[in-house]
Amino acid sequence: MDKQRRKFLKIAGATALAGISAPVVVKLTSSPALASSEHGEVAEHGAATHGEANQAEGHGAEQAPQGVRLGMLIDMRRLYGRPDLLEKAKAACHKVHNVPDIGNTKSEIKWIWPAPFENVFPEHSSYHESKITKENNFLALCNHCNEPPCVRVCPTKATFRVEANGIVAMDFHRCIGCRFCMMGCPYGARSFNWKDPRPYIKEYNPDFPTRMRGVVEKCNFCGERLALGQEPACLEAVKEVGAIVFGDLNDPDSEIRQRLDEEHTIQRKPSLGTKPSVFYIV
Amino acid sequence: MIEKVLKGNSNYWMWLAFLGAFIVVGAICYLRQFLFGMYLTGMGRDLSWGLYISQFTFLVGVAAGGLMLVLPYYVHNYKTFGRLTILGEFLAIASLVMCLMFIMADIGQPLRGLNMILHPTPNSMLFWDMCVLLGYLTLNIICGWVILTSERKQVKPPKWVYIFVYISIPFAVSIHTVTAMLYCGLPGRHFWLSAITAPRFLASAFAAGPALIVIACLIMKRVAHFDAGKEAINKLLTIIMYAAIINAFFVCLEFFVGYYSNIPGHMHSLEYLFFGLDHDGHVYNNLVPFMWSSVLLCFGGLGLFAYMKIAKVYTDMLVGIGCLMIFVSLWLDKGLGFVMGGLVVNPLNQIVEYYPTANEIGITLGIWATGFFLVTVLYKIAVSVEHEVEG
Amino acid sequence: MYNKGLIIPGLIIFVLLVTFPLWFNAFSKASAVPKPDLPPGGEKECVAPLAVIRASHMALLNEWRDDVLRNNDRVAVTVAGKQYRKGLQTACMQCHSNKEKFCDSCHAYASVKPYCWDCHLTATDVAKKKETH
Repeated sequence: MDKQRRKFLKIAGATALAGISAPVVVKLTSSPALASSEHGEVAEHGAATHGEANQAEGHGAEQAPQGVRLGMLIDMRRLYGRPDLLEKAKAACHKVHNVPDIGNTKSEIKWIWPAPFENVFPEHSSYHESKITKENNFLALCNHCNEPPCVRVCPTKATFRVEANGIVAMDFHRCIGCRFCMMGCPYGARSFNWKDPRPYIKEYNPDFPTRMRGVVEKCNFCGERLALGQEPACLEAVKEVGAIVFGDLNDPDSEIRQRLDEEHTIQRKPSLGTKPSVFYIV
Repeated sequence: MIEKVLKGNSNYWMWLAFLGAFIVVGAICYLRQFLFGMYLTGMGRDLSWGLYISQFTFLVGVAAGGLMLVLPYYVHNYKTFGRLTILGEFLAIASLVMCLMFIMADIGQPLRGLNMILHPTPNSMLFWDMCVLLGYLTLNIICGWVILTSERKQVKPPKWVYIFVYISIPFAVSIHTVTAMLYCGLPGRHFWLSAITAPRFLASAFAAGPALIVIACLIMKRVAHFDAGKEAINKLLTIIMYAAIINAFFVCLEFFVGYYSNIPGHMHSLEYLFFGLDHDGHVYNNLVPFMWSSVLLCFGGLGLFAYMKIAKVYTDMLVGIGCLMIFVSLWLDKGLGFVMGGLVVNPLNQIVEYYPTANEIGITLGIWATGFFLVTVLYKIAVSVEHEVEG
Repeated sequence: MYNKGLIIPGLIIFVLLVTFPLWFNAFSKASAVPKPDLPPGGEKECVAPLAVIRASHMALLNEWRDDVLRNNDRVAVTVAGKQYRKGLQTACMQCHSNKEKFCDSCHAYASVKPYCWDCHLTATDVAKKKETH
């Protein structure tokens, strides 16, 4: 290749590279400006209604400077001998969130479910367990850990911890279905949509979307219900015995903190350092 | 140099056609999986990584194995490997392409794969895995192609390519370390949660990669008039032996840690793999024969090589059999045992066994066939250039 | 030109084949600019002016998604005095309840296949599996 042609190609290549990377540079340096200009249009419509939406999770926001951390206390003693309530909790959650009933353990999807003690608490001794422990099932769900391994391993930030309320949330739009989060979760709380879930949903809740196949899903602490001032679906399902308490773990005056002060509670696999937000009284 | 691919004898074309058949079957199976869903595989809620990811894990090792040719030649000036480094680099390219194909086959929303680049997440090891795999692939393509081209033109390679060669050396270690880090940092999976996972991966990589290269050299000696030379093969056999012994030692250490501590988390997976797990009256042992075959093949291969060294016997047949034994043994260990063994006891201490489906096996074989296709094509280029140069 | 008799007809056929989509649809219904049905409830106002929403409803939906899911900003959107929760199902489709007559009419014309409705429910979906109690 002669020298002129070589020089031309070098300059052309450099120009092409600059041309391709220019939009990237522009985007990186100006994205805050871009976002705020689009936001303006939507924000003016929504400015009036701050109060209501935040009320359900808001009462912690003023008092605890480090933010709200939602947690759940499940008093299993009030559910002993009531397998119907355990199933009711599962059914309520699954109905509200359009969770399909696949019908086999291979591809099933479950957000909250009852299981024996030695499965829900494998780090606790089931050696010579009491009669009550042997005969009853315990509720397992996502623990919404404070230091979640699933968030640590997700390669696209499709699952993330919401700083404002401590919920470990999922963005189904971004999930690529790599299932690394399912590997990372020490509690087996996550399910993958191995097939299209819609044929397996008996009735739709029109207020909530379904998922598509190829994404991972799990309990979301009913974030959308909290925004409307409602309580989590599982809590409502067992309200007659008041077995579930839900509230702000960072607020020393909240009901859940007071109950935690009074009673001894256990958590699932505490030695792994995930700092779960779900407590059990067994 | 690509035109070298188009000239070959009938054996060459028949081999490519044979592989092509598997590729077509694999493509059809993948189309089914893409259209209907991943329930067509044997994976499930409790065992959500299966054959695809285990093959990916093994093949990253094979890709890293090329380091054992590059390191002695470029850093320690071991001239005997001069004609073989290109084989290591090309094998790395084919293996990495296979790895990327297995990952694409495994994810539930492959069309969203770009999300990993659009939303980089440095705390995720899968993100770094993508980075180092693509980086190592680029490095090997650059180094292999430039050096082969300069050899064809009978000139010294340009100075700048050596920067890439020297970068590729720690990169080779990094690809398999990062892949090991996918596993060894997960708090819920006690079989994998061990510091020795990464060294074990590297040791088996440095045995499996060179073993495949030796087998390829022996085949090419017969079909392509390419003689790597007895000294080079012998040195490679020494490297393979040491790497395989170290890998076996690490596995034995895992056994010690599991069984001496008697802690179920570490022990149960080994028990499932090698002896069968007895739970609720049912014995789960579908991988036991594979794991013991792995042990026998490994020690058999090592024994064969030892005999060859001590009795100073050297035949191509023995070398080929020994390398094949080592390669298959390591494939069984890492490609079947490691991932499945870690997942068989789920986080709720329930036991779920894994059986791949026909569709899944079809895709797996199709991707392996693609890899072999690439290896054949790339090695054809390398060997043709050698012949052209050596006259 | 050699083989003129073969080449010129061949070229003509090739050009016709390549421009098939253009001339075939030119006079058929498919090329008519779609007129999406307005909301059956009679609402006239949307979250943004027509030109803006037509051009950037996708970007708006993406922003809403990030607001609601990632930033926990569920501040409601007010349109013509009524409040709606941010979201495709909970805001847009409350008025534009017929996906087939509204959303699909433009998307089919533009040959765009957004995957929103793989997850988000339409009124037709819900009607197929009505609540039984």
